[in-house]
Formats: sequence, C-alpha cells, structure tokens
Amino acid sequence: MTTTLPPPAPMDPGHPQSFTGTYSLGDSGQIDAEGVCAWFSGRLVLETVNLTMEKSKVTALIGPSGCGKSTFLRILNRMHEVVPGAQLAGSVKLDGVDVYGPGQRAMETRRHIGMVFQKPNPFPAMTIAENVLAGLKFSRISAGSKDDLIQESLAKAGLWNEVKDRLGELGGALSGGQQQRLCIARSLAVKPRVLLMDEPCSALDPTSTLRIEQTIKEIADEVTVVIVTHNMQQAQRVSDYCAFFLAEENQPGRVIEAGRTEMIFGEPTDQRTFDYVNGQFG
Amino acid sequence: MIPDAITQTAPEGVLVKTTSASTQSVPVHETVTPGPVPASGGAQPPSAPRPRRLPSPIRPSAFGVQDVLILVAAAVSSLCLVWIVFYQLTSLSGGLGFLVCWYLGFLALTWFGTFQMIERQVATDRVVAVVVVSAALLVVALVVFIVAWVAYKAVPTIHWGSLFTKDQGNFQVSDPTALDHVGILHAIVGTFEQVGIAVLLGVPFAVATAVYLNEVKGWGSKTVRTVVTAMSGTPSVVAGIFLYSMLILTGVIGYSGVAASLALTVVLLPSVTRVVEEVLRVVPSGLREASQALGAPEWRTVWSVVLPTARSGVVTAVLLGIARIVGETAPLLFTAFGSQRLNWNPLAGDQGALPLVIWSDIRQANQVLIDIAFQAAFVLISIVLILFVLARIFSRPKGRKGGRTSRARPDDDDFMARIFLPVPIEESTQ
Repeated sequence: MTTTLPPPAPMDPGHPQSFTGTYSLGDSGQIDAEGVCAWFSGRLVLETVNLTMEKSKVTALIGPSGCGKSTFLRILNRMHEVVPGAQLAGSVKLDGVDVYGPGQRAMETRRHIGMVFQKPNPFPAMTIAENVLAGLKFSRISAGSKDDLIQESLAKAGLWNEVKDRLGELGGALSGGQQQRLCIARSLAVKPRVLLMDEPCSALDPTSTLRIEQTIKEIADEVTVVIVTHNMQQAQRVSDYCAFFLAEENQPGRVIEAGRTEMIFGEPTDQRTFDYVNGQFG
Repeated sequence: MIPDAITQTAPEGVLVKTTSASTQSVPVHETVTPGPVPASGGAQPPSAPRPRRLPSPIRPSAFGVQDVLILVAAAVSSLCLVWIVFYQLTSLSGGLGFLVCWYLGFLALTWFGTFQMIERQVATDRVVAVVVVSAALLVVALVVFIVAWVAYKAVPTIHWGSLFTKDQGNFQVSDPTALDHVGILHAIVGTFEQVGIAVLLGVPFAVATAVYLNEVKGWGSKTVRTVVTAMSGTPSVVAGIFLYSMLILTGVIGYSGVAASLALTVVLLPSVTRVVEEVLRVVPSGLREASQALGAPEWRTVWSVVLPTARSGVVTAVLLGIARIVGETAPLLFTAFGSQRLNWNPLAGDQGALPLVIWSDIRQANQVLIDIAFQAAFVLISIVLILFVLARIFSRPKGRKGGRTSRARPDDDDFMARIFLPVPIEESTQ
C-alpha cells in the first residue's frame, strides 16, 4: 500500500527545501528536527533543537526531569499541539517531508509516527484483539487478513505466546508489562515508520522492563525508535544514538550533546554530559 | 545463608527442610517445596514428607465480642435512662422525641463505655462509626419502608385480571365490583410512550452536550455548563407551563403524549447531561492521547474510545434520568392532560399517565379510586426497580469469555471513577 503526501510548501524562508515523499507503509523512516523550539503558555521550554534520528536505529533522549525531552518527543508526532497553550517553531521532517508543512494533517503524521506512553493505556472497553486493530479501525485502513495482522503485531511486541488463547479478553486483563507490550503491538499494527516511546518502562518492574527492551531491539530493524528514558543503563542497553538534554537554571532545555551511545557514555566531550551519565547530578 | 535465615524465622507449622549441611546449598525455592527430599550423594536416606501443620487462620479485627457488648449495653442503658427521664421524672411524651433522645443517649453512652473499657480515641472513632452506619441504615430503612408500604396498600386490592388490561373509562361510583372493570392500562401505555419519546429526544442531545462540555471544550462550554446547571434547577411545573404556552395555547399541537414528552425532555436534558459529563471526565486522558497517537480523528476518539469506556456510566446516567422523569407529575398536567381512556396514539389526543392517575385518584372520596391510585404507585415503583435491575445487567462488560479478567485501572484512586465506571473497574475485577 502506497501513500503520497502532498508536496508541502516551504515553511519559512529559512527552510526552503521540501520534497514530495512516496513511501511504502512498513518501511522505517528518518526524522530530521531543525530548529525546534517549544513554548507552554508563552514560556520557552525548549530552544533550537537540531537532531537527526537515523533510520532503523534506536535513539535515546536522556536528561534530567523538566529538560524538554518529552516535549520534544511529542513535537515529533504533533502530539504537542494537543496540549492547551502549547506553541512551537522549527521543522520536523519525516524522510524529508515536513510534518508541520501546510496541508499536512496531524492525524496522517501520527499514523506514520506512532507513540507509546509512560503509563500503559490499552483501551479498557476493547478486547486484546480489538486493541491491536484499533489504529486500523480509527484510520479506516483495510488490512489483508486481520488475524494475521493481530498475530504479526503481537509477535513483534513479544506478546503473542502469552495471549494467543485469550484474544477475546479485555485489554485490561493483562499485567502492567503485558499491557505495555499490547500498546506497542497496537502502535505497530498501523505499520508506522517511527515509534516514539515516552519512558515506556518507568511504570514497570525490572523483568517487564527487560522484556520491553528486548522488544525494542527486535523491532528496530523495521521501525525507527526514539525513546525517552531516565534510566542510564537502559539507554546504554537499547540505543544506538543518544541525545543529552539539559535545562540549566532558569533556562529552556537544550541539546548539550548528541552522538553514538558509546561516545556519549564513553568519552563525552562536554563536562555536563560526563557528570550526568556518571550520576554526578540530576 | 538464606536457607539458614528461613529456618530461623519460619513460623511454627511452615514446612522447612532442616537436614544436614549438604542440603544447605539447595536453592531457596526448593527448600520450602514439600515433597520427598532428594538424597544427596546417597549418604542420607530419603526422609518421608512431614505432614503439613498450618496455624489456624485468624482475622485480626478491631471489632470483637466486647465491642458488641458495649454497644448493646449502651443501647439498653440509654433506653432505660430515657424512659425514666421521659415518663417518670418529667411528663414529656411523643414517640419521635423519645427516639431522638434515646439515640443521643445511646451515642453518649457508647462513647463513655468505650472510653472506660478501651480508650479515648477508640471511643470517638466508634461513635463516628455508629453515626455513619446508622445514617446509612436509616436511608435503607426509609426506602424499604416506602416500597413496602405501597406494596402493602396496593397488592391486596389488585385484581390482576383487569389491572393491566382495562382502562378507567368504565368506572362507576356505585358499582361495588368496580375493581373488576377498571385498570390502569391507559396510564401504563401513556407513561411508556411519553417517557420513551422523551428519552429518544433527550438522550442524544444530552450526550452530545456532555461531549461538547468535556471533549470539545469549545469557547462556549463555560456558558453552556452554567445554563445546563441553571436548567436543572428549573421547577418541572415551569417546563409544563412553557410547553403549554408555546405549543398548546398557540395551537401547534393539542393535549397529547408528545407534548408531555417534550416537557419531560426539558426536565431530562440537564440531569442526564451533567451526569454524563461527570462520567466522561473520569475517562483517563491517557486513553484519548493513545487514540490520537494512533491517528484517530477527534470524533473517532469520542465514539470508539471515550464513550465505550464510559458505557456503563452513560447507561447509569440514562436510567437515573428515566427514574427522574417517570414519576414527574407537574409537566404532564397541562400537556398530556390525563385521559381516563386508553389512547395508543401519542401524537394526538389527551393521554393518561401513571403519576396523573395517582395524583387525581388519591384525592377522590372513593375507596376503589384510592386503591387504583396505590396500585398505580406500586406499578410505578416496580417499573423503576426493574429498570435498575436491567441497567445492572446491560452494563456488564462484553468480551468476558472465560478466564480471569482483572482490573483495567484507569485511575484506581478516583472516587468518581469507581462510582460511574463499573465496566473497567468494579465488574471486571470479579
């Protein structure tokens, strides 16, 4: 199935280039964020973030609380604008197409850039199978075989063997870790090109956390993953690239350093990065 | 070292393997597994499993025999004390005053008794508990009493053959067998039609308004909420007068069931809107975000996620609304008008209704009509009860096809969620 995005007009003179993208659903994508700023009720919380999230890689956003990691993540799939009083500037390009370009609909963007939240949130009124298919139902995408899609998505999320005999039960019947993997399966079912994860393990126990991390590694071939985490070990374990965000006192959040994970944790160039990844502050 | 620790701290009766040092290296989970002990190196003969001795289970409770005795003693003492004061020392009289004084004395003596026997904080705690429990009991007792009283007055006089099959058109004052010839079919039909049309008209509007207030949150939502609140304070008789002057006096329609339905809709709308709004408010916002993040348009989020999650709450709201209007009398007075004869057509002609039958017949100086009024009241109460039972049945969650269904926890600590969202929280925990 192929979707053609309309050619976006240049957002402002600073970003003249725009591309017409043609892509297949199911391919992973690259995100380029350029000059992203964010405001809440007029207060600047994120300043000029330039970051590229490589195709088929896992990028971890790390940093202390309140440094704008989650805000940045939500800007990537246009969930930021849902918050009342939220504003932003800059451009976010998915495979070269500006998701904030004129004529781009937020719903379309979110279908290609999925999201998993901190707290597992399966739809309680739907069964496990219905939860997996929810995205298709919402977007009126037709699937070849629903049963195959359910199995494929749940298998990718590492949940199939545990739930294959109870697909008709409500999503809330699962444990917290299983619910989170159900949410991942639900996001994968619409075949996004990028999957954003906002501290997906912070509400889970260590065993479930490891299971989710394993899932992330398994799906990274097919979908670009951007994960916000407070857990340094987790960032080291799962990510290929790392970006360190920091909001100094009375300052908006900025990206201090970004690069390969080994570099950020092994030989960071900035003293503040070194301090943070070694637990000196934050 | 861990097996050692377990050996030392294990309570009496828990099976713990204590053999030689060679078995100390066995992993912890095997240590407490009952069953034959594997012989290590053939040095030990396999020891037979010891019978499991478990301590008898107890439930530490703050309320024991002594506490019951204190309560009983306080009740009896208070009875005696108040009796002496009321009838021996002073010349007071009156059952209600006696009861109130007895209750106050009971509270005071409960506090004093517990204070003497246990201690001060427990005494205060106990008195508050007694007040709360007796308030709840009083409410339950009132409801039971009302239902029982109506049933007591109505059931013995019911002629089952005629009550549901005849109307009141054939009533004659002098007829001693009148109860065989009259019934309240006309009123039942009228009430069902009027309430049914009112629900069909009102509920979609109420749900849509609640969605506007809570999901769309448009620029006018504050104003709308204020207006809805004010509307719920409108006396229902005013709703009747409004419809009467707007439609009937102007000749748009005559006295009819549908005019009554419109008046009932005015009463139904604000109450259902407010309850549905509360129900929607406790749907966790994470579900809306999840839906939006899947690319769902806003209407999809409301239709496929928010409303199904709040389904049983919405059903409850609708049933509360029906219970609210099914007994409304005032809006019907100038709209349905109350015919004595059966009228199936809600669009034309005056129509009976159960509240109207009660209202008009109970004031007549005729035992047959008074009986009919009580029977109508009994039927009305039964309808409400049946509605509530149906609501509980229909608001069960779907998809429970065997197996364990545990909680979905939208917000466990949310009080309103526990009341209004029984689908994911209460019922699915069973």
